[in-house]
Amino acid sequence: MTLLTVERIKLFSTRSPWWCMILATALTVGLTSLFAATTRTKDLADLTPDATQFAYNFGLVVMMVMSTLAVTTEYRFGTIRSTFLAVPTRTPALVAKAVVVASLSGIVGEITAVGSWGIARLIQPDAPLALNTAQEYRNVFGVGLVYLLASVFAMAVGLIVRQSAGAIVIELIYLFLLENLLPVIPRIGDSIQHWLPFTVGDNFIVAGAVRHSDGPPVIDNMPLGPWGSLLYFAAVCIGLFVIGTVLARRRDA
Amino acid sequence: MIEAQGLTKRYGRTVAVNDLSFTVAPGKVTGFLGPNGAGKSTTMRMILGLDNPSAGTVRINGRRYAELHHPLRQVGALLDAKWVHPNRSARSHLRWIAASNRIPVKRVDEVLEVVGLTSVAGKRAGGFSLGMSQRLGIATALLGDPGVLLFDEPVNGLDPEGILWIRQFMHRLADEGRTVFVSSHLLSEMALTAQDLVVIGRGRLIAQTSTQEFIDNASESAVRVRGPEMERLHGLLTGQGLTVRDVPAGADGPAALLVPNASTEQIGELAGTVGLVLHELAAQRGSLEQAFIQLTGQDVEYQAGAGAPAGAAAAGGGTGVAVPPPAGEAPSGVPLNVPGGDAR
Repeated sequence: MTLLTVERIKLFSTRSPWWCMILATALTVGLTSLFAATTRTKDLADLTPDATQFAYNFGLVVMMVMSTLAVTTEYRFGTIRSTFLAVPTRTPALVAKAVVVASLSGIVGEITAVGSWGIARLIQPDAPLALNTAQEYRNVFGVGLVYLLASVFAMAVGLIVRQSAGAIVIELIYLFLLENLLPVIPRIGDSIQHWLPFTVGDNFIVAGAVRHSDGPPVIDNMPLGPWGSLLYFAAVCIGLFVIGTVLARRRDA
Repeated sequence: MIEAQGLTKRYGRTVAVNDLSFTVAPGKVTGFLGPNGAGKSTTMRMILGLDNPSAGTVRINGRRYAELHHPLRQVGALLDAKWVHPNRSARSHLRWIAASNRIPVKRVDEVLEVVGLTSVAGKRAGGFSLGMSQRLGIATALLGDPGVLLFDEPVNGLDPEGILWIRQFMHRLADEGRTVFVSSHLLSEMALTAQDLVVIGRGRLIAQTSTQEFIDNASESAVRVRGPEMERLHGLLTGQGLTVRDVPAGADGPAALLVPNASTEQIGELAGTVGLVLHELAAQRGSLEQAFIQLTGQDVEYQAGAGAPAGAAAAGGGTGVAVPPPAGEAPSGVPLNVPGGDAR
C-alpha cells in the first residue's frame, strides 16, 4: 500500500500526466463529436455504440506515451536510483508503479469511451446508441481495459529501453507500422495478423460488431473470441512487463 | 559500520574497483579519497546495492543493503544532487521518498528546516542552484534519521560558505555517533573534514589510516633556516650529519638552507651553541597535494602527457609518459618547495 502511495505522489506531483489525461480525453471525445455531428441522416443507422469508439486509438497512444514517460523520466532524472535505494528489492516498486499508472490509464480509457458515446448520443439523439446487449456494453466499456493493458505494455518498453525518445519511437513504429504492414505479407500475412497483440486487443472491443463503412475495422475469422482475445493481449503485455522487471533487477541502476 | 571485503567491479575488460577491503567505523567522519576515476562512486554505488559487485561483498551493520528493511531509516546517501525530477517541488520529492519507507510526513518539514530550504520547499527543484540542490540531497539523506551516511563529493562546486557548512554538518553527524563516509578527490578538503581516511587509486586500496598519520607519512617535514653567515651554517649542520639542501633565492624568499628530518629546536640550539645569528628558522611541511600525488601518482587513470620533471623524464627515457617517482624515494623523500633540478 505504501508503495502505491509513493507512485501516486510521483505521478501527480508533476504536470505532464495531467496534460496527457486532458489531451487523451479531448482528442478522442472531440473527434467523436465531429464524427457524430457530420453523420448524414440517411447513415444514422450506422451510428451504433461501437462506431462511437472509432477514435479510441488517439487517446490510447497519448496514455501509452504518458505511461512510458512515467518510467523513462525516472531513468532520465536519476529518481529511479532513489526509488531503488528506498526499495532495494526493486520489484515491488515497479509493480506498484505499474498498478498506479495502468489503473489511471484504465480510468482515462473509460472516461474517453463513455464521453465519446455520451457526446454522440447528445448530438444524434435519434441514432441507435442505446446499450442493450453484452456486446454493446463491451464495445464501449471494454475500451478502458485495453487502455489499462496497453499502459502496462508501454511501461515494459520503457523499462527495457530506459530512454524516452527511443521507447516512444519503438512503440509508435510497432503500433502504426508493423501491426498494419505485417498483414500485407502474402499468404502468411493473415495468420500473423490474427496474433498481433494490439489487433487481438482491439478484437476484444469490436468482436461481433456489424461491419460498416465508417466504423472501426472488424477483422473476420479471428481465432479467439472477445474474452480470449483480452486474455491473450493481457498475457503479452504482462509478459513483456515481467521481462522489463527482470532486466531492471539485474542491471546496474 | 560499513565493511567491504574483496569488492571488485569489472566493466568488460576494465576493472573499476579491484579487490577493495576496508571498514568504516561509527562516531567519526571517514574520508574516501582518490583521484578522479579511481572508483569512489562505483564503490559507493555497490555499498548501496545500485551496482552489483563482480566479486566480494559489502555489508552495512552486518547486512547487505538489499536485506535491510526500510533501508532509508538505516542508511542515508547523497550520491548525486541532481537525482530529482526538475518539475517536482522539493517537498513533493521528499514526500514520496519518505512515504516509501513509512517515514512520517512531519519529518519532511524537519529536514527542510535543518538544511535551510523551508522557504523554497514548494518551488520546483529544477530551478535550484547547485548549493540548494546539494542541500536538498542532504535533506534526502537525513530523512530517515539514519545511523550510516554516505556522501559522494558533497562539496563539489560549492562556495566557501557552503563548504564550511557541510564540513561542520558532517562533524556534527559524526559527533552524534553516526557512521559518516565522505568521498572526495581533494586531500586538503579531507584533511579538514575527516578523522580517518580510506585512500584508493585505480580501484585499489592504497591506505586506510587516520588522516594525521597519512599526512605525516606522506609529506616530508623539513626546517628552513637562513642567516648572514650561510657558509658557516652549512658547515655546522653537515658537521652534525644532517642533510642540507641549498635553496636559492626565489618566490619563497631569499636564499636559505633546507634541512629535512630535523626539528627547529634542534637547529636553533645548535646555532646557539656556536653563537650563529639566524634570520629565519621555520618548520616546513610538504603540501598535501604533493603528498597525495606522491601516493596515488601511479594510480591516476587519466594522466596528463608531459608532467614529469626533467630529471625523472631522463631517467624514464621516454616522452609523454608520466614517470612515477623512483621507488627509493617513496614515501618519505618527496622533494618539496624546491624548484625542479637541484632537488637532490
